[in-house]
Formats: sequence, C-alpha cells, structure tokens
Amino acid sequence: MPISQLSYEMAHLIGAAVLMAGFQLLYQRRLFAVLNTFAFQAVALAAAAAWQAHIQNAPHLYITAGLALVFKAMIVPFALHWLVEKLGIHRTVETAMSIGWTMMAGVALVALSILLVLPVTVNAAALTRESLALAMSVVLLGLLMMITRHNAVTQVVGFMALENGLILAAVSAKGMPLVVEISIAFSVLVAMTLFGIFFFRIRERFDTLDLNDLETYRGDRQ
Amino acid sequence: MIAQILALPGFDNPLLWILGVPLGSAGFLAVLKEWRVATWVNVGASGITFASSLLLLERRPEPTRLLFIDDFNIYLVVLTSFIGLTTAVFSAAYIARETEANRLSDLHLRFYHSMYQAFLFTMLLALTANNTGVMWVSVEAATLTTVLMVSLYRTREAIEAAWKYFILCSVGIGLALFGTILVYLAAQPVMGDGADAMAWTLMIKRAHSFQPDLLNLAFVFVLVGYGTKVGLAPLHSWLPDAHAEGPTPISAVLSGLLLNVALYALLRFKMLISANGQALTPGPLLVMMGLSSLFLSAFMLYRRGDIKRLFAYSSIEHMGVITFAFGMGGPLANFAGLMHMTMHSLTKSAIFFAVGIISQNAGTKRIADIRGLTSSHPVLGWGFVLAVLAIAGLPPMGVFMSEFLVVSSTFARQPLLAIPLVLGLLLAFGALVSRLQMMAFGEPPKVAHAHGNASTVSSILALTPLWVHMLLVLVAGLYLPKELVTWFQSVARYLG
Repeated sequence: MPISQLSYEMAHLIGAAVLMAGFQLLYQRRLFAVLNTFAFQAVALAAAAAWQAHIQNAPHLYITAGLALVFKAMIVPFALHWLVEKLGIHRTVETAMSIGWTMMAGVALVALSILLVLPVTVNAAALTRESLALAMSVVLLGLLMMITRHNAVTQVVGFMALENGLILAAVSAKGMPLVVEISIAFSVLVAMTLFGIFFFRIRERFDTLDLNDLETYRGDRQ
Repeated sequence: MIAQILALPGFDNPLLWILGVPLGSAGFLAVLKEWRVATWVNVGASGITFASSLLLLERRPEPTRLLFIDDFNIYLVVLTSFIGLTTAVFSAAYIARETEANRLSDLHLRFYHSMYQAFLFTMLLALTANNTGVMWVSVEAATLTTVLMVSLYRTREAIEAAWKYFILCSVGIGLALFGTILVYLAAQPVMGDGADAMAWTLMIKRAHSFQPDLLNLAFVFVLVGYGTKVGLAPLHSWLPDAHAEGPTPISAVLSGLLLNVALYALLRFKMLISANGQALTPGPLLVMMGLSSLFLSAFMLYRRGDIKRLFAYSSIEHMGVITFAFGMGGPLANFAGLMHMTMHSLTKSAIFFAVGIISQNAGTKRIADIRGLTSSHPVLGWGFVLAVLAIAGLPPMGVFMSEFLVVSSTFARQPLLAIPLVLGLLLAFGALVSRLQMMAFGEPPKVAHAHGNASTVSSILALTPLWVHMLLVLVAGLYLPKELVTWFQSVARYLG
C-alpha cells in the first residue's frame, strides 16, 4: 500500500509529540507534573500506534494502542500518584545536573540518533526511517532521565518512557508480529506490580525513596 | 501469521515435556501448601525435564516457527536441565536447613519453589525459541523471576541488590529489544513481513542479503543489552550483589545457567552478523569486553571479604574468558569457548553448593570468619578445595583444559592478545588460591555451629550434587568421549 503524504506527516507529527513529552520529562521539578507528563506521552504513543494500525492496515496494533491508553496513560499514573500520597514521598525532585545541561544533553542525544539511524536505513521506507529515529531519541531521553534523577519514582517513570520509545519503534516496524507488542505490555504489567511491592518494602526499611540513601550499603570492602 | 508462531508441539515431542513440565509445576507449586512435599515435587519435575532433554539426543524434532533444536542449543538445553536437577536436589537440603533456622516462612517457600520452576521454564524457552521476539520475552521473564528470588530474604541488602539488579537489567533488556527490532527491520525487506523475519532458522540462510549497516547498529544495542545480563564489564555491577544476597541455590543457577543463556542470545546474533559477511566483525568488540571483564574481576577478587561475592566476581572473570574465546572465533577458539561454558557452569554451581553449606554452618558469609574447613568438615572441605582449585584453573580439571585451549589458540593467532589473557588468569588464580588457603586450612573456629544438628540425610543430599559435578569436571579434564569432541567441533564450525 503506497503511503500518502498525509499519513506520513501525521505519523511524523504524533511521533514528534512523543519526543516532545520526553523532553518535558527532563525538566519537570515536581513529582506530580512528571506523572502528568508521562500520561501525556502515553496518550501520544497510543495515538501513534492507532495511526500506524490505520495506515499499515494492521488491526492488531489497535490492541497495542488500547493498552497504551488504558494501562500506561491511566492506570500507571494513577497508581503512582496514589503511592506518592500514601507514602508521603517528597513532591519535589532533585536532579543530578542543572536543567540547562540536561536539555543540552537531550538535544545532543536526538542529534545522535538522527545521525545514526538515517544513514543506515536508506533502503527502508521513509516512514519507518524517521519513526525509528524518533523512537531511538525517546529511548535515549528515557535513559538520560534515569541517569539524572535520584528519586526512585522518577527513575521508574524514566524506565517507562524508555519503554514508550521501544513500543514506538515496534509499531513503526512494518508487519512486526503481535507477540512482541503483547509481551511488552505484559512485561510492563508485571514490572508494575513488582515496583509496587518494592516501593512498600523500600519504604518500610529506608523511610525514603531517594536512591542516594540506598547507597549506604557498599558491599564488602575490607 | 500468529497461528504459525503458536503451533504447539505434539505429545510425542520431547520439547513439549521440556517446557511443559516446568511451567505446569510452577503453577502447581504455587498452590501447594506443604513445603516438604514441595521440595520433592521440585526435584521430581526437574528430573522429568532432564530426562526429556536426554530424549532430544535420540530424536530431534523438526523446527517450527516457535521452537527449534540444533547442534548449538541442544547441548545448552541438556546442561541447563541437568544443573536444574542437581540444584533442585541441593535446594531440598538447603531449604530444610534454612527452615530449621526459621529464616523463611511457608509463604516464602511456596513462592520460592514456584519461581524456581518458572525460572527453569523461561531459560529453556529462551534456548529453544526460534523467534527473536519470543527469546527476548523469555530472557525478560527470567530476569523478573530472579529479581523476586534475590529479594526473598527481605533484608536491607537483599532489597538493594534486587532493586539494582532490576533497574540495570531492565534497561539492558530494553536496549536488547531495540536491537531485536532493528534486526527485524534489516531482515524484513528480504524475508517479508511477519514471523519469518524473526525466525533464526530462516534468517541465517538468507542473512547475506540483509542490510549490513542496520545489522551493525543492531549489534551494538544487542551487545550492550544482553551483555548487561552476561555481566560483562563495565555493565557488571548488578551481578555481585544479586549473587550475594539471594538464597544460595539461586546464586548457583544464576552463575551456572542464566549467564550462559544471555551469552547464547548474544552469540545467536553474532552468528547472524557473521553470516552476513559485509557487516562489522563482532570479534574485536567481544575480545575487548572479555578482556576488560577478566582484568576488572581479577583485581576485584583480591578485595573481597564476602565469600559469595568472591565467587560472583570469579563468574564475571570466566564469562570474560568465554566471551574472549568467542570473540577470537575460529574452530579451535569456539571449541574452547563452548567447553569453558560447560566446565564453568558445572564447577561454579558446585562451588555455590559448597558455599551454601559453609555459610550455613558458620552462620556468616565473611571469609575472615571461616577457617579450617578441611579439618572441621572433611567431605565438604575437600570438595570445596577441589572445586576452587578447578575454577582457579589447576590441572587436571576440565576448566584447565578449556583455559589451556583458549590460551593456546590465542597464541597461535594473536600472540600479543595472549599476554594480557594469561596475566589476567594468573592474577585471578593467585587471589582464589590465597583465599582458599585462609578458608580451608588452619585451626577451625571454636564457636558453636549455627545449624550444628543438621540431619545426615540432608548433609548427604547437600553434598551429592557437589561431588557429582566435580567428578564430571575431573573426568572431562582427563578424558573427553570422542562423540562429545566431534559434536563440540561441529558446533564450533557452525559458530563461525
């Protein structure tokens, strides 16, 4: 099926929205704002998946879109919101680097992924190429967020943002079998329950979710 | 397309039993209340799995879109189910002694046994999957099950270890998925849409016409992703903590099996790249990572004060040697790598069996508090001495044979690379032997044992797997059956 100009531009636009949310996640200082931004990113991801389902004529991708919308955009942010209130976690987030430097690092990562992906995918469809560059940027921004934030909740959000990038890549790869999408969604589900359990135990024992405080135990140096 | 992937094997197919038994018993053990029965169900299920894996040697099932067996993975399936069985036997004894000391509740035990079988299932699925996506899912699931088991004791250290393991390996696994997607994109123009472009057996035949640039990019992601799980430096930092804080049977399967499975995944991708011919040569990358793992862990070995961490670092060292061997490539080095994988699995799990009993007896994991094992517990102590000498690389054990092959094949082709390799091995040897001397000989401490009254049955149970493994390693060092050699050789050629 030839891809029309409109479908190409729409896919581009939605992918860019996911990337933009990735940037926004980098500079939010309040925990709830981080959660809201993450929810927005998940909505954009759902839209991207649904649009790919439409233009690739692949109805199973609607399931991926639905999962992103219901699970990632609603249940996960609500659950984390509830956890933050329940556990009385600090609502502001410390960052390891200043916002300016973080944003510059983010821009550099996006440039890097464009420079890496575009030359190696010359033979692939234009749609796949550019979505892949966007997806890789989202993955790298998620990694950056995990590095620059100390708080366990924001690290988890960073990890899920990274997963959003992976799903964006998976839906843009034409005809990729369903197994993968379901499995991703499923693993997030499992991961989430895991996180929940972890939070409770971490809370019980450390009184804070700041990962810096977890580092007091330094193995077995003599 | 989906139906193609989900076509399940029939009842006469050993693969159904190999995968079905662990999965079924994981469910059954989750609801079984009596832990004494559970330990034996665990052993029985692992026994059936091992027996069915032996059937594979007789008759290999035809590959499907979901599962396949070839020369390479068949030996890992047999090895995995064998160590799964011996560890289950050891675990029965270990758990009995842990409950005597009241360290685990009934609920924890139910959970532990169920997760043990689930873990075996995910590893066996990862080894037999004929689909890059299914393989990825199983490695991810293996990570999740082990995270849960590492945090079993609920101590501060255990939770920190599990958290670190979880975060680092999830990121690693995420990057591996990105690499998997890129490989699909490289394959898709040639293989067409859908499951064909993810099947190992089909991809390898036409890999020469895949896009090399895309494969290069993919391999970097796969290397960093699965490399994290192999524990290659500098991505290894989860490994010592996870090994040290979990229950000891889990340390044994983590070291002996999970690292192999992750390396297997990496090697499958390497085969694809080599079959392409125009993509980058993965060898130098693997050699670099292997050597840096070897050196880092060799130095770290000198500073360890915790017995389980000591051997966790030794696992990093040996994974480094194995990766180095596969990075060198060629029939001889690949042969050595495969043999070292086997020998390391057997020896390292034997060491962890011994370490489990030692730390239970002494009530501590601190090396400084463990003394005179050979005089206080002769059977255990000498078994431990034998196993540590084997892993340090002393002849005539199997580990020496495989290390010797790695070194000599390197000397023959790249003499300059052999110098750091030998240096690293000697450094590690020195560290292990000096620690062993402290623990095995001298005056045993006069403190009352934490579990002094362990029954004879459980002692025999705990020691049998250790001696069985050591016997196998010793025999392999002295004499390898001709069939096994030709088999290893055929796989080595196949690996390129």
